[in-house]
Amino acid sequence: MSNVAPQPSLRAVPEGAERLTLVQSVNRALAQEMEADPSVLVLGEDVGKDGGVFRVTEGLLDTFGPNRVMDTPLAESGIVGVSIGLALGGFRPVPELQFMGFMYPAVNQMFAHVARYRNRTRGRYHLPMVIRMPYGGGIHPPEHHSESYEALLVNTPGLKVAIPSNPYDAKGLLISAIRDDDPVVFLEPKRIYRAFREEVPSGSYTVPLGKAHVVKEGKDITLIAWGSMVRQALEAHEALGREGVSAEVLDLRTLVPLDIDALIGSVSKTGRAVVVHEGPRNSGFGAEVVALINERALLDLQAPVQRVTGFDSVFPYSMLEQHYLPSRERVVAAAKKALEY
Amino acid sequence: MPKIPIHEAITLRLEILDKDGKADKTLMPDLSGQHLQDLYRSMVRMRKVDEKALNMQRQGRMGTYGSIRGQEAAQAGLAAAMEPQDWTVPSFREQGIMMERGVPPHLVYAFWKGDERGSVFPEGVRCLPIAIPVASQFLHAAGLGMAFKLKDEDAVAVGFGGDGSTSEGDFHEALNFAGVFKARTVFFVQNNQWAISLPFKQQTAAQSIAQRAHGYGIEGIQVDGNDILAVYAASKEALDRARRGDGPTLIEALTYRMENHTTADDATRYRPAEDLEYWRQRDPIDRMKKFLVAQKLWNDKKEQALLEECAALVETEVAALEAMPAPDPTDIVSYMFKELPYNLREQREQLAREVGR
Repeated sequence: MSNVAPQPSLRAVPEGAERLTLVQSVNRALAQEMEADPSVLVLGEDVGKDGGVFRVTEGLLDTFGPNRVMDTPLAESGIVGVSIGLALGGFRPVPELQFMGFMYPAVNQMFAHVARYRNRTRGRYHLPMVIRMPYGGGIHPPEHHSESYEALLVNTPGLKVAIPSNPYDAKGLLISAIRDDDPVVFLEPKRIYRAFREEVPSGSYTVPLGKAHVVKEGKDITLIAWGSMVRQALEAHEALGREGVSAEVLDLRTLVPLDIDALIGSVSKTGRAVVVHEGPRNSGFGAEVVALINERALLDLQAPVQRVTGFDSVFPYSMLEQHYLPSRERVVAAAKKALEY
Repeated sequence: MPKIPIHEAITLRLEILDKDGKADKTLMPDLSGQHLQDLYRSMVRMRKVDEKALNMQRQGRMGTYGSIRGQEAAQAGLAAAMEPQDWTVPSFREQGIMMERGVPPHLVYAFWKGDERGSVFPEGVRCLPIAIPVASQFLHAAGLGMAFKLKDEDAVAVGFGGDGSTSEGDFHEALNFAGVFKARTVFFVQNNQWAISLPFKQQTAAQSIAQRAHGYGIEGIQVDGNDILAVYAASKEALDRARRGDGPTLIEALTYRMENHTTADDATRYRPAEDLEYWRQRDPIDRMKKFLVAQKLWNDKKEQALLEECAALVETEVAALEAMPAPDPTDIVSYMFKELPYNLREQREQLAREVGR
């Protein structure tokens, strides 16, 4: 994975670089934005002294003090709800929810208010806030620690949804999200929090929201993924390459806003596509991707678009999770089905 | 091992003006004759604006409406105790407070007519939009009060709700957060004793809402919510405390919902008629009027002038409502984000084509 080079234009930051994991790059983004903008606050369960259960916020309390890094009571609705008040009071809060599986108590605040405040007041008020949460499976945890429900968020008008797949994007996307005047839900693929390091510029830089990334160029088929599944797509790219298939890998990076031009452009070029996600298949974001391709590139298609997804089941306990999660083998098999159609 | 008492608590109810308009002089807030008259005027204005909304709804000129009738003392007393820099964080039965804090009544009418522009208040009006999901707004008030504390601003956020809202988890989370962070927040619960059809006794086994404050380590008090002097005094004390940075307060204003839950409800299905008679005798406006007349601060001439002033206000506000141009259908999508992504741009174009704009 460390051989995945982001686009050269995004690399053009001369200021030196560090080799960071995704956890560290998120930490750097938070620290640098807090340094640059005194209105940026971090709050959540265990984010202060403990530095977060994944250590994403490590060191921030020491650097910025308890008024800017707030350990809160254990209450997800409260964390998001008071963040709304803090945002209306002139701050840029970055609340953390400890796991996406514990988002549900906060959903009323997120869906009923965070997503709607700008529209409700016809732009009089807006909520510049980033709700961070680790998502996805692969770390062998107990129940409720592996969910990938990005489709719920995407189906809620008014939320932006960013899902980085590597340390470089994680830092640049989070900085963009913090500076954005609309609420962003930032899903961190905990499975690859520490899976690999990559060179990340030490200074501040942004990766824009709404700009997909062609991670590998190819001409025969497009593998579409985001977050941790980009890794499966890249492994499938390698495997297919050994069989002489040139697969393009498109990392959507943000689902809202969606880079529709990159998506349609790539599929129009290759004529075949596989969309990969961890969340359940039924009404997952893959279904939207397929519908968009059908609406806009049907005549360029050589085969039906394939989906490799989680099952329409509860995410299993850890002993069975490897059977649930989309694998390289499943992506390769789906690609072959499209190629042999 | 002995059992050791670790907490003892008393919850107080403040009453100053009895139902016949006699005030307890020892508890009287420090208010001039002019102020006392203004409190009364404020309640009458609220009732007239409210009555007009009910009339318009019956005539089909407005959508579903939730009346504040009977709760004017709670709303006017609190509003009068607030300072210009304070923020109102309303739920959906606070239009009296909202208008006293600068929201023009025609915008409240517009909201209930089904127009989002009813939540676009004039610049400088420190009031958040009406929040419908019950109790959710208490957390916004807690967060805003945290912001004032962090910035050491001399402002207080006042979060509102009803008795039903105190059963929601967000009520608990808001009081808990505000207590922990010493937010500059006051929680003001109008216990009008009905959450649609559910009476207060079935909402909780607790005797009062105010006593819950003890569980969060914050101050709590019950006031006779139909006694504007008690509401004012308790509110002033709570606002001052929050402003000083000494922590939040939960105020329970014990009042009564004299109307249906909304115009879509029929309270005769669940509510005994004698209740209404009992509370009619404790009407907040009549009570204050008796007090003012006894103090020689009020007379028929002033009453007549006030009623004329209210009629003119209502007429102006209805005219302002009716002068609002129809909302632009493209507004459905235009405000979802600062910059619209491709799908919303396309959908806006579709709406624009359909309406020929």
